[in-house]
Amino acid sequence: MSALSSIPIRVQSMSHGTANCGNAVPILHEVRHALERLIATGEGTQIDLNAIPFGPEDEAHLLAVLGVGEVRATIDALGPTHVQETAIPGVWLIDYRITEDQRLALHLDIGDIPEILRTQRQDLDTALTTLDARLTSAKDRAQFEY
Amino acid sequence: MTAKKHSVGEHLRDQGVSRRAFLKFCTASASLLALSPGLIPALAAALEQARRPSVIWLSFQECTGCTESLTRSHAPTVEDLILEMISLDYHHTLQAAAGEAAEAAREQAMKDNFGQYLLIVDGSLPGPDANPGYSTIAGVSNYAMLMEAVEGAAAVIAVGTCAAFGGLPEAAPNPTGAVAVMDLIKDKPLVNVSGCPPVPMVITGVLAHYLAFGRLPELDEYHRPLAFFGQSIHDRCYRRPFYDKGLFAETFDDEGARAGWCLYRLGCKGPSTYNACATMRWNSGTSWPIEAGHPCLGCSEPRFWDAGSFYAPLSVPTGLSSNQVLTAGAAGVLVGGTVATLARRTVETAAVSRQPVTADELEQTL
Repeated sequence: MSALSSIPIRVQSMSHGTANCGNAVPILHEVRHALERLIATGEGTQIDLNAIPFGPEDEAHLLAVLGVGEVRATIDALGPTHVQETAIPGVWLIDYRITEDQRLALHLDIGDIPEILRTQRQDLDTALTTLDARLTSAKDRAQFEY
Repeated sequence: MTAKKHSVGEHLRDQGVSRRAFLKFCTASASLLALSPGLIPALAAALEQARRPSVIWLSFQECTGCTESLTRSHAPTVEDLILEMISLDYHHTLQAAAGEAAEAAREQAMKDNFGQYLLIVDGSLPGPDANPGYSTIAGVSNYAMLMEAVEGAAAVIAVGTCAAFGGLPEAAPNPTGAVAVMDLIKDKPLVNVSGCPPVPMVITGVLAHYLAFGRLPELDEYHRPLAFFGQSIHDRCYRRPFYDKGLFAETFDDEGARAGWCLYRLGCKGPSTYNACATMRWNSGTSWPIEAGHPCLGCSEPRFWDAGSFYAPLSVPTGLSSNQVLTAGAAGVLVGGTVATLARRTVETAAVSRQPVTADELEQTL
């Protein structure tokens, strides 16, 4: 066999919908219930999409329905975490990845703002120390340059 | 080498891991453990205070596939798992030391952490009545080494179908007299993480559970963690709706196979197999056998090597003919879960009397 192109592979289109068993639709209804709860009580909800037995087309269908909203952020901690507000306000998509860009988890977060975007209290404890060290360093450098 | 005594949280902070990164790790662990994302704060609090356990890993009659599986785990990365979350004090394949130095490290770790270390075993071993010469390490029989190591273990984790149920070495005619770890260990907490190999994240998930809660997870009748083995492949399969509609692939290249229909008639053991492949998948969550178009082999179940052809449809429940079951499936009136339960029981019974498939029989099936 001289080339890969000589292997008679036929790529089958999956667009006839048989591979998509429709698991995205119940999740979208769960999102709707979570939104109602958020509006009524302020209580947020997280949905772990990794735990759902999605077919090959389910995730794409779900994301297509939710769309893309105004806010997009990337957190650089143990690899990138991509946070995206969907076109439905209050519904966030959080894609946790490791440094090799492989997915760790995929969550839908229904709330005002995902917790991972907030400054963490434990990190805040070291904020003054870090700033003071930098101020001292900057002061030393200024004296040296002067 | 002794397990460091400070907590996982302290250790991670010492390594410069930020709180957000720690929360991300907890998110991955919660996903592994099939916990609700709402429990992530509680999990973070538990992991924060957890102590790093000493782990001793013994490899007996095995192919190293289980270790290969673990080292391809992406959640958490094996580097995180081994270097940060546990103190892996002995593992033939992964440790740098060899020979007497390796054995001395094992003995020292057992002495320093007596009563507290986790013992992980992969591979079956010749039983107490078998010839011990079939499998030895440093001149010590597998049986003697296991019995010595288990004495000071807090818990035992049997990784892979060989360790859990005997696996390939125990398959007929079982020339080495192989037995499973649970055949020998009766007085210690024991969890079986079966699979050939096991889903890598299940191995790390059990360790994460032990770290977070200080005990082994809830188990099924075969000592497998319910969080991962609580539902059948069939129940979680994305092709299940096709089974319910009676839409089956009849060959590997027919219209039904191309359309992604149910693989039951091609020998899929999903109805009688309990594992997490359908949700956790393989190769960093890329796919899994059924999504790739191949029937489930049932590799996480006892005696799966001796259960006949991988490509013959499952045994039919007693009292129902093959046609009755398939007709009912075609009509969509027979609840799959009932078939799964009955089929599982029948497979277990039938497995004892079955003979291994020959190459000629396999050719005829295909």
